[in-house]
Amino acid sequence: MSNSDKVTIALVSCGSEYAGIQKELESAASSLNAELVYPEMDVASLDTIGQEFGLEVASPDLRLMMARAKAVVEGAAQVDAVFVATCFRCAEAALVRNEVRRYIFEDSGLPVISYSFTERTTAATLLTRMEALTTIAKSKHLLAREYQEGLTAGIDSGSTTTKAVVMRDNEIIGEGWVPTIKVLESAKKALQQALDQADVKREDLQAIGTTGYGRFLIGDHFNADLMQEEITVNSKGAVYLAKTQQGNATVIDIGGMDNKAISVQDGIPGMFTMGGVCAGASGRFLEMTAKRLNVDITELGDLAIKGMQKNVEMNSYCIVFGIQSLVNSLAKGATPEDVAAAACHSVVEQIFEQQLQEIEVKEPLVLVGGSSLIAGVPKALEELLKIDVVVPPHAQDIGAVGAALLVSGFVDKE
Amino acid sequence: MAKIFIYPTNSLILSDLVERFGHKPLAMMEKIREKITTVGVDSPPLNITPEDPKLGLKYASVEVPAGVRGRMSIVGPLVDEADAAIIVLDSASAFGCMGCARTNELTKFLARQRDIPRLEVKYPRTDEEGKDFVYQIAEFLKSLPKEEDGE
Repeated sequence: MSNSDKVTIALVSCGSEYAGIQKELESAASSLNAELVYPEMDVASLDTIGQEFGLEVASPDLRLMMARAKAVVEGAAQVDAVFVATCFRCAEAALVRNEVRRYIFEDSGLPVISYSFTERTTAATLLTRMEALTTIAKSKHLLAREYQEGLTAGIDSGSTTTKAVVMRDNEIIGEGWVPTIKVLESAKKALQQALDQADVKREDLQAIGTTGYGRFLIGDHFNADLMQEEITVNSKGAVYLAKTQQGNATVIDIGGMDNKAISVQDGIPGMFTMGGVCAGASGRFLEMTAKRLNVDITELGDLAIKGMQKNVEMNSYCIVFGIQSLVNSLAKGATPEDVAAAACHSVVEQIFEQQLQEIEVKEPLVLVGGSSLIAGVPKALEELLKIDVVVPPHAQDIGAVGAALLVSGFVDKE
Repeated sequence: MAKIFIYPTNSLILSDLVERFGHKPLAMMEKIREKITTVGVDSPPLNITPEDPKLGLKYASVEVPAGVRGRMSIVGPLVDEADAAIIVLDSASAFGCMGCARTNELTKFLARQRDIPRLEVKYPRTDEEGKDFVYQIAEFLKSLPKEEDGE
């Protein structure tokens, strides 16, 4: 990230310094030109904060967390964003974490994210989340952009596929899509596909934006004007494509390796959760199912639509044991249609259990990412949540579209 | 002189009382001071290195949150080292600093498991209770051997 003022992030935690990961938190923040601060509060408030919150917890450190949250909301601590962190595995902390996050978000309007840490949490894991936090705090003007202007390209270097789009004056005129093998080579290929389709030359592009896992590597290569993490870019791309830039929206992005659930307001991400590295809730699981059923991944969705997930017993959402369940079901005579439906249902159910509990799901619900094109997935999500799911056109390209849209803010107007 | 484990582990009042009666308080702030002034501890100004939650495994299993194990890596050895213990019950947060409730529960449990002289007193809420509080602690400390035996 290029510029300027330091972003001040309030660290509202129950004692991350005792988990041995403080250095990682500091390191992630400082690499983004941000500074972590501990909001000051009145010690007397610790005695009453539980009643005020309506959540009377045993842990004094969690009471401290609530008191710090209150200090942030009341403006006693001047900060630009808030990072809420508690121990993974602690039920009491999970309760407080969620309530504190909701309270700060609703009563202060500050960007806030939460994270549950283990002793193995590293700066690299925290980076994307913190980068999103600092961007939202620092670049609201950029995120307010609703129209793409000029001739720009966006490249999304994802873990499984690399996507590129070329846009001119708010229209997608070229698309490229290649599997990610060598990050740079794949990006070059995807961009070339998009340029060819758009019938323009690379030197004609006025600005390039990159996102995804490989954003820095390809960003440096293409001399990109914007290298941005995918929370910000994808949520912008999703609401742009779904034509829901104003008001509330919820974006669920099921990617190849991880997935994101983002609560969006006027195109700006608010609360969000990123799935950990769990292949059971990602496109990878669907890919493996397709392979086992000997169908192309593009055919899996149609197959799933015809099946009944209830006919297959899934004992686990884990990619290893889940696939085992599917194989067992096939051995017992389940149809490939039922197995495909069960796989889609499994992915969606795990996202529901792990992520959607943590954000407020507000309609419209926009489902994006490659997996959204597998028809069984939106169907399973609709069945589970009992609400309509919007899969916008070019749903797999949201990252690239979001990057092309945001980077058009760098195009000089004549 | 006896080594006295105190709970709350950060209590300055208890620490001071123990010292006044010629004993050595085993308090968390002493350990933290040691950690942050020891060359080689690489996460200043903080208390814990990534290794500590692993050391904490001696006191709490791997399914216990990292923050509890990190705290136990400091508190656990203090309990192990103690010749006696003073536990204040229902103390105010400000009296002994903060703490994770689970760590606090485990700390008291471990202290009670040790076969050492132990005093448990309620946190005083009135002047009278305050006097009685100090009196009980003083009597307990007086009853402990003054001479250092062994280490």
